[in-house]
Amino acid sequence: MAMIVLSGIRKVFNAGKPNEFCALEGITATIEPNRTTVLKGPSGSGKTTLLSILGCMARPTSGRIFLGEREITSLPERFLTEIRRKTFGFIFQQFHLIQRLSALENVMIPAYPLGEPKEKIRDRAMELLSLFDVGRKASSKVEWLSGGEAQRVAIARALINDPATLIADEPTAHLDSGLSREFLEIARHLEERGKTVIIASHDPLVFDADRVAKVIPMRDGRIVSEGAS
Amino acid sequence: MNRAGRQRNILDFTLSSLLRRKGRNAALVLVYAFVVFLLSSVVFLGLSLKEEAQSVLADAPEIVVQRLAAGRHDMIPESYLAKVREIPGVRTAKARLWGYYYEPLTGANYTVMADENFPYGRKSVVLGNGVERHLPPMVGRTLPMRAYDGSYRFMQIRETLSSDSELVSSDLILMTVEDFRDLFRIPEGVGTDLVLSVANPREVSTVARKITEILPDTRPITRAEVLRTYDAIFDWRGGMIVACMSGALMAFIILAWDKATGLSAEERKEIGILKGLGWETSDVILMKFWEGVAVSLFSFLLGILLAYVHVYFGSTSLFEPALKGWSVLYPDFRLKPVITPYMVSVLFFLTVVPYTIATIVPSWRAATTDPDTVMRA
Amino acid sequence: MMQCRESTAFFLSAAVGLALLLLLFAHAGWRERAGRKSLEEKREIVRALGLTDLCLFTEARYTRHPAMADRFTPFQDHPFSLEHFPSASLFRPPPHLSGP
Ligand SMILES: Nc1ncnc2c1ncn2[C@@H]1O[C@H](COP(=O)(O)OP(=O)(O)O)[C@@H](O)[C@H]1O
Ligand SMILES: [Mg+2]
Repeated sequence: MAMIVLSGIRKVFNAGKPNEFCALEGITATIEPNRTTVLKGPSGSGKTTLLSILGCMARPTSGRIFLGEREITSLPERFLTEIRRKTFGFIFQQFHLIQRLSALENVMIPAYPLGEPKEKIRDRAMELLSLFDVGRKASSKVEWLSGGEAQRVAIARALINDPATLIADEPTAHLDSGLSREFLEIARHLEERGKTVIIASHDPLVFDADRVAKVIPMRDGRIVSEGAS
Repeated sequence: MNRAGRQRNILDFTLSSLLRRKGRNAALVLVYAFVVFLLSSVVFLGLSLKEEAQSVLADAPEIVVQRLAAGRHDMIPESYLAKVREIPGVRTAKARLWGYYYEPLTGANYTVMADENFPYGRKSVVLGNGVERHLPPMVGRTLPMRAYDGSYRFMQIRETLSSDSELVSSDLILMTVEDFRDLFRIPEGVGTDLVLSVANPREVSTVARKITEILPDTRPITRAEVLRTYDAIFDWRGGMIVACMSGALMAFIILAWDKATGLSAEERKEIGILKGLGWETSDVILMKFWEGVAVSLFSFLLGILLAYVHVYFGSTSLFEPALKGWSVLYPDFRLKPVITPYMVSVLFFLTVVPYTIATIVPSWRAATTDPDTVMRA
Repeated sequence: MMQCRESTAFFLSAAVGLALLLLLFAHAGWRERAGRKSLEEKREIVRALGLTDLCLFTEARYTRHPAMADRFTPFQDHPFSLEHFPSASLFRPPPHLSGP
């Protein structure tokens, strides 16, 4: 299980154009393995941008990223994708389930290109759905699911390739307090099973939760001050 | 990474994606299959007629000599026969007597021919199967034929040519030479044209050239030219073929255009999600490839199967109005099926390949977007 | 809930389609053999009467006997007859007429 180290990350959008915008500046941080880390900050502070850089989805304009001993900053796209699908599972803010497919099929999607036998993928997907209490909804089309169910399906999908790290962007934005707590419960459960969890949120319910190992407060693309551990 | 497993998994996903829009994709396959059907029907019909012509007319006269008068095909004096026979290489030469007969009761056009070896006597006819089929109902076994002077000759119908030979004989009315001359007032000593047989096939063109020298008012038509005439049938430049083909082509272009420009917002979004979930660009392209193959392969198979059934079991009934045109008599023949690996592969490459490409290309840009776009949408 | 994989169904139906396509080849071969007798019959008539054309379109002289048509025949039947008869547009003018 590898630690993720960010050093001097800077991200500029539309570089050189009149609408040039610096979304991240001088981000240096360490993400401990097997812990929950929360990126906290108001909307527009650069959390999503940082998550996508962390998760090998986007490249920083400058700065370096280490995954354990290995520097992954300048790996070619193919290798990045390879690392990403083995190491990270994503839960998007809007869930982004594929409409008119069943919950089960949605969960299986990230595993397809790896070429595993489909039965195995299916078994694992069913297991995950049952684990998150949505086993009964496996064959329902995703548009019929409630917000909480949809999120659980999205979590199951993020875990189908058994990644070490789970990345969630504003996971409680579409949930009421009860469901938000349930989400945190799931996150804790995953942490106990040895996963690293990284959450971006501006919801106090999330970053005030007692089991959160580390909070990284952000504002205007910078880290403001280290949170308590 | 397991390659075959990846292919199958992605194919599975593609198919269940396609099945989400059953109605739309079924309609797509049907329209597309119809285009293939039209195209293949024309190809089947054309190839069959060409092949049939080549084999059936292989024994046509080596040279036919027509006389032209003021640009019009005119009767040829039998005295020309002697001159033609003197040309070295000519084995036999004889005059044919034939023409057209408009049957006023049915409004049909028939080909009337005098047969030197006509087995029955005068006032008898042998009919092609198509003529027999179209006999006016009140006629028994006697066919009244209107002669040049407006009077009628009552011809005994003695025999009908076999239906197997309809492709060459459907509209024939055969009779004796004497009856033919009598019916149309063709004087003795002239024929419609001359037919020659030439001993050595390599001498045919020499003989033909000599004929134009010796008899400048005639025109020789060699068997090779006859056969080439039938190679020109169903040529793609023919008016109706152009209309049909361009219709098919237009339909196809519209389909492809719809594909190429119509990568819907939804599809684009889905590709973005797949990228975000760790699919590589090549995985997305593979998916689109299978999508194109699935749609076009089934359309192709469906279209070509239906076309075969249409042309060889259904007598090309869909094209009949065009083929029949204004003629009353429409020969009823079963064509010999012609299907070759070459033709099937040409049709395959004309249909499956462009469509698959048209499916892949527009998704290329969507497939190469950065995966992080899905984080903000 | 164990159902047949979509790809299996795809390959099966593609195989059925291809098998049918092969069946067409078999059918064509069979019809060709079955049609030999009638081909011989047609050739016999062609030989006996010295025929030069197929009886496909009986609309006009130059569609009934395209090989025998001369350069001007189409216009003898009707000034606009090139457009008049649908079957005429299935043919290119015979090569020996369109040549120099
Ligand atoms: N692709 C982009 N082009 C230009 N500006 C962007 C782009 N993505 C994000 N930004 C800007 O970067 C800033 C940080 O955005 P984001 O990381 O989404 O913040 P948060 O997730 O904390 O709300 C915002 O002001 C946003 O407008
Ligand atoms: Mg955000």
